[in-house]
Amino acid sequence: MGIDIRQLYKTFSLKELRKGLGVTGRQLFKKKTTIMYPEEKTPKSPRFRGLHALRRYPNGEERCIACKLCEAVCPALAITIDSEEREDGTRRTTRYDIDLFKCIYCGFCEEACPVDSIVLTDIHEFHMEENSERHIDKIRLLELGDKHEAEIAAARTQDSPYR
Amino acid sequence: MSSIKIEVDGRELEAQAGEMLICVTDRNDIYIPRFCYHDKLSVAANCRMCLVEVERAPKPLPACATPVMDGMKVYTRSELAIEAQKGTMEFLLINHPLDCPVCDQGGECPLQDQALGYGKDDSRFEEQKRSVPSNDIGPLIATEMTRCIHCTRCVRFGEEVAGVMEMGAPGRGENVKISTFLNRSIDSEVSGNIIDLCPVGALTSKPFRFSARSWELRNHNSISPHDCLGTNISIQTLRNEVERVLPVENSDINECWLADRDRFSYEAVNCERRLTHPMIREKGKWKEVDWETALAFAAGGLTTVIESGSAADVGGLAASTCTLEEFYLLQKLMRGLGSCNVDHRLQQSDFRDDAVAPSFPGSEAAIADYSNFASVMLVGSNIRKEQPLLSLRIREGWAAGKTQISAINPVQYDLNFELTNCELAAGPNLVSRFASLARAIASETSKSLPEGISKLADASNLDAAARQMLEAADNGALILGAASQQHADASLIKAIAHWIGDATGNRIAVLAPANSAAGWIANCLPGSEGKNVTQMLSEGLRAFILLGTEPELDSIDGKSALTAMENAEFVVQISSFTSESVNAYADVLLPMAAFAEAAGTFINCEGRDQTSKVAVSPKGEARPAWKILRVMGNFLDLNGFEHITLDDVMEEISASVNLGSISASSRLKDWKIGNRTPSEKGLFRIADMPMYRGDVTLRHASALQATADNPAPCALINPKTIESLSVKDGDNVIVKNGSGSAALTLKVDSAIAPDCVHISAGFPETIRLGGHVMVTLEKA
Repeated sequence: MGIDIRQLYKTFSLKELRKGLGVTGRQLFKKKTTIMYPEEKTPKSPRFRGLHALRRYPNGEERCIACKLCEAVCPALAITIDSEEREDGTRRTTRYDIDLFKCIYCGFCEEACPVDSIVLTDIHEFHMEENSERHIDKIRLLELGDKHEAEIAAARTQDSPYR
Repeated sequence: MSSIKIEVDGRELEAQAGEMLICVTDRNDIYIPRFCYHDKLSVAANCRMCLVEVERAPKPLPACATPVMDGMKVYTRSELAIEAQKGTMEFLLINHPLDCPVCDQGGECPLQDQALGYGKDDSRFEEQKRSVPSNDIGPLIATEMTRCIHCTRCVRFGEEVAGVMEMGAPGRGENVKISTFLNRSIDSEVSGNIIDLCPVGALTSKPFRFSARSWELRNHNSISPHDCLGTNISIQTLRNEVERVLPVENSDINECWLADRDRFSYEAVNCERRLTHPMIREKGKWKEVDWETALAFAAGGLTTVIESGSAADVGGLAASTCTLEEFYLLQKLMRGLGSCNVDHRLQQSDFRDDAVAPSFPGSEAAIADYSNFASVMLVGSNIRKEQPLLSLRIREGWAAGKTQISAINPVQYDLNFELTNCELAAGPNLVSRFASLARAIASETSKSLPEGISKLADASNLDAAARQMLEAADNGALILGAASQQHADASLIKAIAHWIGDATGNRIAVLAPANSAAGWIANCLPGSEGKNVTQMLSEGLRAFILLGTEPELDSIDGKSALTAMENAEFVVQISSFTSESVNAYADVLLPMAAFAEAAGTFINCEGRDQTSKVAVSPKGEARPAWKILRVMGNFLDLNGFEHITLDDVMEEISASVNLGSISASSRLKDWKIGNRTPSEKGLFRIADMPMYRGDVTLRHASALQATADNPAPCALINPKTIESLSVKDGDNVIVKNGSGSAALTLKVDSAIAPDCVHISAGFPETIRLGGHVMVTLEKA
């Protein structure tokens, strides 16, 4: 037992403190990782799961066929779909609502979709002012899809080799 | 049959010699995949999915077509069996489209499930897949024949169970196609069952098309109100909407089948013509009001009528589809008011035997017995359309060669079995012919025939039918159908039936519409003090309470019903639907919960009581009818209307009736033969109620209304009868009865009895003609 000479030396020579300040000193001159959000943004993975969108085919026809697999797979029960036979005899949704408060952005809906209709875009900056705004409906989802089709398609192409 | 032992997957099992292997494994919960095998259909062995390995057999054998033998060793999960099943699956998937996401069968599809177990994740088939055009086969069934795997269950169901060759499999090999012959529609009254039978999405329900997925539907077991069998059904709902109705297997009643009437009537629940708010008529205009105002208005109107006259000026009419509790509360309300004018027998016109009638019209034989009878005698019964599932039972016995069936009918109905003896007689002749049958039985047995019956008999010879009934003795049934019960001399027919039942030992069945048995048991009847439905309608009353009925369409005599309603001072209509004719005569409309929206008890023709539960909440402001009647009792200051729940009502009924031990007997007490109703001159109108017009719910079920069983009314006449008239086939004629008339097209049909004209009841166009009456024809 007795006094540990080595411990005493470390204490009085401030070895640990100098070691720590050395790290700080080196970082002081390195390139900064902090960004000035929202003016500056970090890059996102093509697999980023943000706001939902419904896509269309290039000819303008909506992709969704009302199979209700996304509704069934959704662990948060955030999706509500009503379906019917459209005039041309195809199976279509009459209602496609997502409750953004319930949604946990797991992306299962996108995984389940047999026609790549429901997707999670990389949009993560959205807000609501009223409680009622938390539901987004089919019209809004299709609008989002139309607006961001280029980015959505690019992200899927980029990720396709790994799927 | 001798009992033998076989070994399946190392388990020793008991089996009957000659039984198919799949029956043994099913009984012992050993799974064998299959598509074409169904335990109610014959063995086709054409899907090859049930191949299993049998020791010492050179090849895998289909379990559905391999009879078991003593000491047989079977391996259902061996390498050879699995390899064979996987091979079959690969072949089936060659031509089956990969459209599960848009297919209504997705989620409840045996092919989808079994592909998961036996399918490969990719296909080696690179050639073009087969595509098959789908024809429109009617308003009930949607087709997508590319999905068909040719199991032929639908074809076999039509041939063997339904008794109609509507589907077939023309073509061979690659070109085989399941289709209707000559692209005709499927018009069978039990066609919906092929939707359940189809193991893929080739045949799906048209009204249900694309509206929901099987996994999101909730099941509510219930009872169908449309016929006297008490068919067990499962009402499937999604977010408080009825989406579809499926059968629930009950081997004593419906087996695994369901009539289209029970399957598709749910559409009425979601239709636009629902009455959703209480309404009162104020200065000739309809006004939506709250319940309190409406009930106070109804009670006020009834009280005014009673105060200015007597309680006997008020009458209550209930539809035959009401529940036991509703019947009970209506009669309690009426009797509380001091009036015994309450009835539910809108489809009956002769009430002379009320005093000697049994406790309810029913079948002395159990429903399951109908497939084993040696003889069935139909009197005035189109059983195929009236009680479709009972008809299937009778057909089963007939197809097995056990049953001989004869009939005395006003029309040569298109039944799904052949008749050994068929007598065509309508109106007064029906009674005469039936009495002649009794005379034939009397002479065969040398029993003495009551004078009343022998006086009614005509010269016709019914010895063959009599012998058929006598040979069967207590293994025979005598069925009185709608035409017998609606008959102006129904009491005579029932008395003759009673005598014949006693003389032959045959069991009698009076198959009354819908839940009539409950109406009788709840005493929703006038008794000796009150007026029956005919008296109420023909004599008219100052006020009516209508429960779930549009009497002008439900009643056998629409003309009197409409006149009575129009002349009444005050009409309270408790209904689920609005209609123009009701709006014209009613003063208060109280919205009641429709089918699937209210709980209640149904009693079938065997006396079996079954309870249905609530599947969805009532639309709008509608309330269950028992609650409406209960609160109306309070508004009228009547005693004994303090029930809180439906169970309280049931408890009160149970005090007087011992449900669960009711046995059906159709024998009259202390009967005697009355006199024949005098008939006028002219052609006798046969006023059959078409199967999809019989109650207000059916009349609002849109897909059923579009079927072939619901043709627009026309006048059908025998070709011999038309020769003596100044009109010809295809003419537009005016049919007249007293002050009432209807403009119809005349068609010749040799199925109609001579000197008669067949004009369906239940249509607004024919209301003014009255019921089974004499009419005259004039060229328009």
